Amino acid sequence: MTRLLATRGLQAFYGDAQALFGIDFELAKGELVAIIGSNGAGKSTFLKCLTGLVRAPRTAIEFKGEAIGGIPAGEIVRRGLALVPEGRRLFPSLSVEENLLMGGLTQRPGPWNLQRLYALFPILAEKRQLPATSLSGGQQQMVALGRALMSNPEVLLCDELSLGLAPIVIREIYAAMPAITGEGMTVVIVEQDVTMAQRVSQRIYCLQEGRVSLQGRSDAFTREQISQAYFGL
Amino acid sequence: MIETLVQGLLLGGLYTLFALGQSLMFGVMRLTNTAQGDFIILAAFAAIGGIALTGGAPGLVALAVLPLAFGFGYALQRYVLNGTLGKDPLPSLVVTFGLSIVIQNLLLEVFSADPRAIEIGGLATQGVEVGDALSLGVLPLVVLAVAVAATAALQWLFAHTALGRSFRAVSDDREIAELMGLDARKVYALATAIAFVLIAIAGVLQGMRTTVSPSDGPLLLLFAFEAVIIGGMGSFWGTLAGAMILGLTQQIGFRLDPGWGIWFGHIVFLAVLVLRPQGLFPKTKG
Repeated sequence: MTRLLATRGLQAFYGDAQALFGIDFELAKGELVAIIGSNGAGKSTFLKCLTGLVRAPRTAIEFKGEAIGGIPAGEIVRRGLALVPEGRRLFPSLSVEENLLMGGLTQRPGPWNLQRLYALFPILAEKRQLPATSLSGGQQQMVALGRALMSNPEVLLCDELSLGLAPIVIREIYAAMPAITGEGMTVVIVEQDVTMAQRVSQRIYCLQEGRVSLQGRSDAFTREQISQAYFGL
Repeated sequence: MIETLVQGLLLGGLYTLFALGQSLMFGVMRLTNTAQGDFIILAAFAAIGGIALTGGAPGLVALAVLPLAFGFGYALQRYVLNGTLGKDPLPSLVVTFGLSIVIQNLLLEVFSADPRAIEIGGLATQGVEVGDALSLGVLPLVVLAVAVAATAALQWLFAHTALGRSFRAVSDDREIAELMGLDARKVYALATAIAFVLIAIAGVLQGMRTTVSPSDGPLLLLFAFEAVIIGGMGSFWGTLAGAMILGLTQQIGFRLDPGWGIWFGHIVFLAVLVLRPQGLFPKTKG
């Protein structure tokens, strides 16, 4: 397998507070990897470092053989890394379709366009003219996911797709994953729902207080091993 | 009575032009340009100076000022004002306030304190008869038409173009807009460039309809600011409505007593600020 994305001893800070203490991470092309961990473990910070929203040392992040740590977010999305941010963060004064079009600004070539997205999430086609934030939580998550896909990324990073959603809605969102990974897309999901994370991913990383506490094949761990890594009990 | 109302609307047209640039810059980047009025006066003097230097036709020189204003606004935002943006509004207020003082003194140095006008011959005093009793100036009618057209154009730009979408996106959430590959600094520069075209239009029309002098700026800023606040920040039709309300109130005040006009406008502004601080028509953009 070819290595697509890797971090080496990645550290990150918010002012004086250190959030990540040397994360080693690897991602091969076509994989679906889940990152689990409790609140404040550094999962979101890790994704923000990868996408340029939190500063990182240049050589700590490598994407397709190039050091991309700390380069501007707009440049990173052009190179093929897209983030579905935590809490969705849709543009409230833009319609559903306008939000999706914002995602397509980079005009990277690829299979994803408005038509394909509306086929994947037909409800969005129906509500394309409505203000994005007038939709239900699950539908907003579809818009956020679609907006990231519109940039035709090589690696899709999803931060807590299930946040604040009912279980049935979460299943509906994850039902779209095979259609996304079927295109050969490499995906990283950050997920609080451990069962869901284990089920959909091939490998998992567990973070605890800014360090990797467990990593390996998703089906290789017992519940006890995971809760030990999760809570550090 | 009808004459007062009509004159009020015509004055409102002028105030709309004073205020649109302010409304645009605030709407896109939450930046209050306290040098707005001085830039309007600067544009008028640019046209006056241009006419004196080139001997060109006033209309042509006035048109030539518009692309200059676009470039000036772009550069000002890109290289000066972008550095002042952030969670704290104070740096941008201080910097634009400083610019205001610099412009006033620069104009005083170059053009002296004498009031001047852009000479456009008979057009400035021409009128059209409406019915028996009412005579309207051609130039104020032109100003009103330009104001309505500019408002409609801005609203269309915001609602239906990719640039307008970018303006709204950076205004909503700059970080995520940048995550989509947008360069917020360039988007801001384009917003200010367009605002400065509006400022230049306001300036040359002001210079045509009356005289301008280097110290006029702060009063124009006040009218622009009142129109924006009355209408509601960041909405262009709201700004137009606010300017109309301000113009009407001032005219009614003038009618009651020549000393009351401006004061009446301030009273309405204060009343709106107290009773409905978000403005009368907020958030209709897009």
